[in-house]
Amino acid sequence: MGLVEDAPRELGGPPTPDAAPLLLPRDALQRLVDLLRQDGWRVLGPVPRDGAVVLDEIERVEELPLGLREVQEAGRYRLEPSGRQAFFDVVNGPGSLKPLVYAPREPLLQIELDAFEEAPRGGAFRARELVPEAPRLAVLGVRACDLAALAVQDRIFLEDREPDAAYAARRRGLLLVGVSCTRAAPTCFCVSFDSGPGVTRGHDLALTELAEGFVARAGSAAGESLLGRLAPDPAPAALLASEEAAIQACAASQRRSLAVEGLPERLWQSLEHPRWRDVGARCLSCGNCTMVCPTCFCHDVWDEPALEGGSLRVRAWDSCFDRDHAQVRGLNHRPTVQDRYRQWLTHKLAGWVEQYGTSGCVGCGRCITWCPVGIDLTEEVAALEVPPP
Amino acid sequence: MSAPLRSSLRPEPAEIVEKRPLGPALHAYRLRLLDPEARRRFDFRPGQFNMVYAPGVGEVAISVSSDPEEETLEHTIRIVGRTTGAIERFGVGDVLGLRGPYGSAWPLEEARGYDLLVATGGLGCAPVTGAIDYVFRRRGAYGHVAIVHGVKEPADLIHRERFEGWRREPDTEVWLTSDRAGPTWRDRTGVVTELFERVSLVPERSFAFLCGPEVMMRRAIALLRQRGLPGSRIYLSLERNMKCAVALCGRCQLGPSFVCRDGPIFPLERISRSFFTRGL
Repeated sequence: MGLVEDAPRELGGPPTPDAAPLLLPRDALQRLVDLLRQDGWRVLGPVPRDGAVVLDEIERVEELPLGLREVQEAGRYRLEPSGRQAFFDVVNGPGSLKPLVYAPREPLLQIELDAFEEAPRGGAFRARELVPEAPRLAVLGVRACDLAALAVQDRIFLEDREPDAAYAARRRGLLLVGVSCTRAAPTCFCVSFDSGPGVTRGHDLALTELAEGFVARAGSAAGESLLGRLAPDPAPAALLASEEAAIQACAASQRRSLAVEGLPERLWQSLEHPRWRDVGARCLSCGNCTMVCPTCFCHDVWDEPALEGGSLRVRAWDSCFDRDHAQVRGLNHRPTVQDRYRQWLTHKLAGWVEQYGTSGCVGCGRCITWCPVGIDLTEEVAALEVPPP
Repeated sequence: MSAPLRSSLRPEPAEIVEKRPLGPALHAYRLRLLDPEARRRFDFRPGQFNMVYAPGVGEVAISVSSDPEEETLEHTIRIVGRTTGAIERFGVGDVLGLRGPYGSAWPLEEARGYDLLVATGGLGCAPVTGAIDYVFRRRGAYGHVAIVHGVKEPADLIHRERFEGWRREPDTEVWLTSDRAGPTWRDRTGVVTELFERVSLVPERSFAFLCGPEVMMRRAIALLRQRGLPGSRIYLSLERNMKCAVALCGRCQLGPSFVCRDGPIFPLERISRSFFTRGL
């Protein structure tokens, strides 16, 4: 166990515009992975698998999608050679940080039950909170939009409420190595939410990959300690200028956008817009958008028999596109697909703002790419902004 | 409102100290939390609800129908599904689980000194019976009380004696109506909203509490507004799918509100847009 082991983990570091930028040579990336592993971290990074990039454990940097980039469009995702020897040209895949902190399926309570027939107290039980033994996970290559999404999730699960025990345990176990984007996918629109493309907050360490090497900045004590052990040189001014130019060019290349200012009120005014019927006819109500969304948090809760006796209370991801999501007894409050699409979109972009003081969207574009019929929320919002005839 | 929203889903064991049948598939359960500390901490206002747990089976959101000053608390539970079906097997001495109270309450403090119009429809309407009892236990603190209750058919009127009891209270009127009358029905015939034209209502000094099918409440709201009652003094109780009750599972949302946290009792003003949008 290394130096960072006992450092208190502050959740989502503050913005660190003043962290001194350093230059890490390209071969330092493997040394960073080695250091993290020596310190007891499981290191996750983007790896190409089954035609997409997913987050998985890595030992060698060669496992990263070196020399690949992705083609993303509404309803389309392909990996292809980039013609460049870059580790981080692939912007993102379907997986975000969400499953690492908010588990897709997790027992929350262990409930011991006395046999019901036992007099005099049928039904006596003891319920115990289950807190996961969260692994120490260092995630390499986290994009600014996903760090912004994690901040949104922190807000939901930790702030303004008693912290959710399972989320808090997993969150404390994360070390985040961000990578600023120098290339945007056609589905990206983080600029609209000011959530990228450069990594400026929420990271332990931020990297920008350039031909000369990585510009590195610490965002926390843990990141600073790691950088110190890699002993990099200060980044020369010319390199910082090309870093800034690359990030700005990435921002300027984004083709999609959302007019965020005043959007909640405009959406609330559009609840009866005919476009809902139109999108309801195209939407398959499959819930892919909610599964790949880095902030969607709806879930189901139920009790199930435990193998060792008694009962487990389980929480599992669930989607507002499920037919029975708003079903109460004989009445379904959102019976049609257009009702459910409207629920998703208005919650994400409008209700969320009232509930959490922030949009539920960070502009990662996953819901566009992974929609099997290519529904694009930026296009739907634009259509909803046009007054009906 | 200042306490942080709870996150734990852990139920507290509560012993059934009394179980009274109220009608077909309907019972009142009087419960006593086993843990003295939990008992001391439990403090609710009429309109709030608990998640009632059938151990090993599941939970269901049920409003508290007893008075806050009582030692024990009461839930009126109708068998409608798997969990409530399991609860029915439980009797005196058995243990259920409770977590709560959750959600908002009827504005019984704000309504002191005002007249009350309580309009309910359908079976029972437990969320508001606790509020009515609360008012009659503090009769001097409130003005005229009008209770309007509609059922589909006479058999749906469970515990008529309760309405008859309220009818005997001073300065109180009780109107009962059934969509279809039967040979023994001695009250009115027709839908509940038809009574709104007859019931006493001084809009300047009245609160309205609504609880029942949403179509009935929408119609009632229109009629109450016609008679000059402002939206700020019209409150309604909503029912939505609640799995967690801690504003996290997302199912009970209505526009920007979580019904489990911001409701189930809403002033009309707060939800007027969402409530009148179908399928939201």
